[in-house]
Amino acid sequence: MTQQPNPALAMSSKARSRIADRTFWAICLIAGIAVLAILGLILGSLISQSMPAFREAGLDMFTNTRWVPNDPDADGPAGPIYGLLAFAYGTVVVSIIALIFAVPVSLGIALFLTELAPRRVRGTVVTFIDLLASVPSVVFGLWGVLVVAPALVPVYQWLHGTLGGIPVLGRLFGEAASGRNFMTAGIILALMIVPIITSISREVFDTVPDSDKQAAWALGATRWEMIKGSVLPHSFGGVVGAIMLGLGRAMGETILVALVMGSAVQITPNLFAGGYALPGAIVNLFGESSGTFTAVLMVMGVVLFVMTVLINLLARVIVRRAEVRMKGATA
Amino acid sequence: MTTATAPAKRSAATPDLSRAALPLRRRAIDLTARLLMVLAVLAAGVPLLLVIYHVLAKGVGIVDLDFLTADIPVRARVAGPGMGPAVVGTLIITGAAALLSIPLGVLGAVYLNEYGKQSLLARVIRTMADVMTGVPSVVMGLFILVVWVLAVGEQTGFAAALALACLMLPVIIRSSEEMLRLVPDELRQASAALGARRWRTTVSVVLPAAISGITSGAMLAIARAAGETAPIVVVAGTVTWTNWNLFEGNNTTLTAQIFKNAVEPFEAAHGRAWGAALTLMMIVLVFTILARFIAGRFAIKNR
Repeated sequence: MTQQPNPALAMSSKARSRIADRTFWAICLIAGIAVLAILGLILGSLISQSMPAFREAGLDMFTNTRWVPNDPDADGPAGPIYGLLAFAYGTVVVSIIALIFAVPVSLGIALFLTELAPRRVRGTVVTFIDLLASVPSVVFGLWGVLVVAPALVPVYQWLHGTLGGIPVLGRLFGEAASGRNFMTAGIILALMIVPIITSISREVFDTVPDSDKQAAWALGATRWEMIKGSVLPHSFGGVVGAIMLGLGRAMGETILVALVMGSAVQITPNLFAGGYALPGAIVNLFGESSGTFTAVLMVMGVVLFVMTVLINLLARVIVRRAEVRMKGATA
Repeated sequence: MTTATAPAKRSAATPDLSRAALPLRRRAIDLTARLLMVLAVLAAGVPLLLVIYHVLAKGVGIVDLDFLTADIPVRARVAGPGMGPAVVGTLIITGAAALLSIPLGVLGAVYLNEYGKQSLLARVIRTMADVMTGVPSVVMGLFILVVWVLAVGEQTGFAAALALACLMLPVIIRSSEEMLRLVPDELRQASAALGARRWRTTVSVVLPAAISGITSGAMLAIARAAGETAPIVVVAGTVTWTNWNLFEGNNTTLTAQIFKNAVEPFEAAHGRAWGAALTLMMIVLVFTILARFIAGRFAIKNR
């Protein structure tokens, strides 16, 4: 007994270590599944809280442009009206403006980094883009509302003066009452989504096989012809995915848009007019809401969640497929 | 091609491949494209410099020790310092969020890289973590509002920490997994050959090997979380005095105060907003630099 190892004891220690192994595995598994659980909980809890809105306001919410959340006559026949279309319009317009500015700039930077820049310059620019990504959106918002918006008013007025007479364009470039409008919000939002579109596009451009580029060089192509002939055709899918990721980010951005776009619930073609977006509405109106009004804000949350998740999912699938195809080409 | 104009030194069979032989149109297009790329860099760089310049110019005169510690004036029009409660709120709320999300995120990453690998469940979790990084922060705020604030009955700092933790979790999972993947398989095999169980190998070999990368990723996630505004506004309420208690009473952060003061019509409020912005950017910068330093100093050599 003294020198001999006890077989029973050995067994139990072995069993204990097996239990430790299984426990560790289970803890890790639970941690991994937490992601799925949280996403499921978000959807479930928001939908359950938004049910009163569906019961009282119905699907009419999604097609109604009028927003009168507070009962105009206390017990009269006219009840509150919850039309979400103006908010959806604000979100869509500001996101489109942001993409129009951000996409060319991001692709330009990504091409500069992958195909043009010398190594040392590349490091500096990458640090710069990282810095841009690390600026909190509320700081951009503060800058936008106190510095950029007032500074852009004369520019908008000049644009209105020169382009205002042209039939279709004139409606887009209308009177600019203040700098807090769709255009300013879109421009600053563009700054915020440039880093994400740039970094994904860079990854995509990096997967273009060297043999393709060398083939272009061998044919005597200039740098731009090489990019046009070898890099861009290979990257189309991935770049579309990158742009969609930027779009998802733009649609969900709350504070910047709430600060810079003002708070006018309206649908107008005038890009120099104030507007309201879905996330901004949640943050600003949530404090004064109760009952059905709160449930309507939850509906806005559900709409935002579903839209951004779908866009992100689709974008990731596109990017991944593009990258897999590229890796197949190099092998 | 241009053999006739080639210098006499060249043999007649060698075409002139120098830049000068390119047709003017092709050269012009190439030059334009290059110029546009450089312009794109400037289009993003100049506004960034302007933001930094304005925050520095308007914030430096305002931030001092008094500003960082004094209470927030109850009436926004009152001039004078005070962002102490917001500084404390930012630090403790972000800290609590880090304590909640980092262990969970690292364990999740261990599952993905050490156990799940390419199984269906692991692939689904990976994709969903990517998707979760795209969930708007205000939606995360509403979520915590529903499942925590309505249940507890009070807006607290802890609710804000929960919301931030949810936002940080996917970022930490993905960055940690990336780092675990860089750990050479030989280390795992050596540990297994010595008779160590899987969990021992993971805890005492794999994680220590990847710890610098994981820390760096976590720092970046913290920096991002400290800059979040919307969930704080929705679930933490606001206070004007320092509240060290996360679980009781409203709380506030620098971001929430910037948001609140930016829309006030008073100069004094704007000044405090700029001061808060400068303080916030300093905090973010410290964490970002720390992340870079750790990642650069202790990086695993990429095989």
